[in-house]
Amino acid sequence: MQEIPLYYFLTVSTLMFFIGVAGFIIRRNLITILMSIELILNSVNINFVAINRYLFPDQLQGHFFSLFIVAIAAAEASVAIALIINIYRKFNSIEVTEVNEMKY
Amino acid sequence: MNFQDLLLIKHELLLTIAALIILCFEIFSTDKNKGMVVPLSAISLAFIAAVSFYFPSEGTAFGGMFQTDGLRTAVKLILDIATIIIILQSYGWVTKEDNKNKISEFYIILFSTLIGMNFMISSGDFLMLYLGLELATIPIATLAAFDRYKTKSAEAGIKLILSSALSTGILLYGLSMIYATTGSIYFEEVRAAFQPSPLAVLGMIFFITGMGFKLSLVPFHLWAADVYEGSPIAVTSYLSVVSKGAAAFIFTYVLYTVFSVASEIWLQVIVLLSIVTMTIGNLFAMRQKNMKRFLAFSSIAQAGFLLLGILGQGSLGMGTVIFFLLVYVFTNLAAFSVVATISDKTGKENIDDYNGLYKTNPKLSLVLMLSLFSLAGIPPVAGFFGKLFLFNAMASKGYFIVLFIALINATISLYYYLLPIRAMFIMKNENPIDTFKSNVYIKIGLTVSVAGIFLTGIISMIYEYLISVSVGL
Repeated sequence: MQEIPLYYFLTVSTLMFFIGVAGFIIRRNLITILMSIELILNSVNINFVAINRYLFPDQLQGHFFSLFIVAIAAAEASVAIALIINIYRKFNSIEVTEVNEMKY
Repeated sequence: MNFQDLLLIKHELLLTIAALIILCFEIFSTDKNKGMVVPLSAISLAFIAAVSFYFPSEGTAFGGMFQTDGLRTAVKLILDIATIIIILQSYGWVTKEDNKNKISEFYIILFSTLIGMNFMISSGDFLMLYLGLELATIPIATLAAFDRYKTKSAEAGIKLILSSALSTGILLYGLSMIYATTGSIYFEEVRAAFQPSPLAVLGMIFFITGMGFKLSLVPFHLWAADVYEGSPIAVTSYLSVVSKGAAAFIFTYVLYTVFSVASEIWLQVIVLLSIVTMTIGNLFAMRQKNMKRFLAFSSIAQAGFLLLGILGQGSLGMGTVIFFLLVYVFTNLAAFSVVATISDKTGKENIDDYNGLYKTNPKLSLVLMLSLFSLAGIPPVAGFFGKLFLFNAMASKGYFIVLFIALINATISLYYYLLPIRAMFIMKNENPIDTFKSNVYIKIGLTVSVAGIFLTGIISMIYEYLISVSVGL
């Protein structure tokens, strides 16, 4: 039986990372921006786990790092969603084009 | 589990206990004495600072994830002093009618971010650095949105959390590359195994980008001005002084130790970033009308100057950076305290509103003048010495072109730092801000800041001490 090469994992994670960054910049909805950030963090998780599994199979640092990232991403998402609800109460919208009281 | 380890993290443990004490105080306090949480938290923080000053600890704990020594204790003390001044300055704002129900929450969250920064400063591996960074950043976003009835505050909160989450994502992606090339996340092991291969250098650049967001260096500074303007002033000063100071220390430390092999590469990046940051920060600061935005861009420009100290390398660079941070704490907090007082009493924040302030509030205008002189670097005050040592550290490594650009920028900055001073002392105004008495906490805070502005420059022992503790980098 043949293993899936490391290459494949890294390709997926790189794609996810750049989709996330592009989504962060292009999207106009705050919830979608939050989802883009989750994509970025998950691509990092894939990277850590795959690298740990293939390159350094005798240790666990990468696995644990990704566990911590998952936990903290959840905390971050909860705070961000609370702030988005706060924005919705003030502006009656969660489009970033509406939230523009301060500009240069 | 070794109980000796707990002694090493006593600063963080004591901060946690202090946060819990404030929580208990909140439960048992009545509506009348809610404001007493301000002296309570200031005194407990002063106590913690004194304990860690008189009983310094040295060593590593938790399998190398946590390390502490004289250098880190010095940085923690600086952050403690800054937070004490911020607590004192926040009294006028936090006891307003809008915030009546959530006075203690502000200080609990403030303490938890401070704990995060302390863990970040003491981190011995990248996981701890990340955890400390997040523990410091996520609560600050809630603090930025603390003014419930202001739309600007809500906007500042969401802008802060989204941009800091993106920057953390980029930083983590860089860390995963560094992990792929070195096989470890511990600083010492990464340092030993680091080779400047393309993947490792890319990871390093991602790391610099992620920290650049926190430090508000120029290509990554766009969140700073909006967040600084929208947040309550106490949070703005916290962001621009404490949060930036902690990030600056750990950034310098990681560059000096972990990436020391690739120093030729990151030195070029730092030169470029510092030139751009100084110049853009200065040019934008010139056209600002709002005092908070003005100070935000001035703090971006100051971050550019701070990077110059990193070019000094070794103990000279590290000592200079920390000394500049210490000076910056007193200077910037004095300016922010004055702006906070005036904003609390009158709600005015524009530079034009300060016209004729000297006639009505001479003491406040003198303090603001001193701190602006110190930010600009005019000789008798500490800001001059901070800049002098920075330029000295940089010039000792032969960066004369950068030094020239920095001098031009210092001259430009003098122009806009004099604008509020002109408004206060020279401009005529029919109805200036009324004379008012500020509360006792702000007076204490301002006295400490002014004493710091004068003394840190004159007492040369402080600088020599900071250089001596940073030996060995």
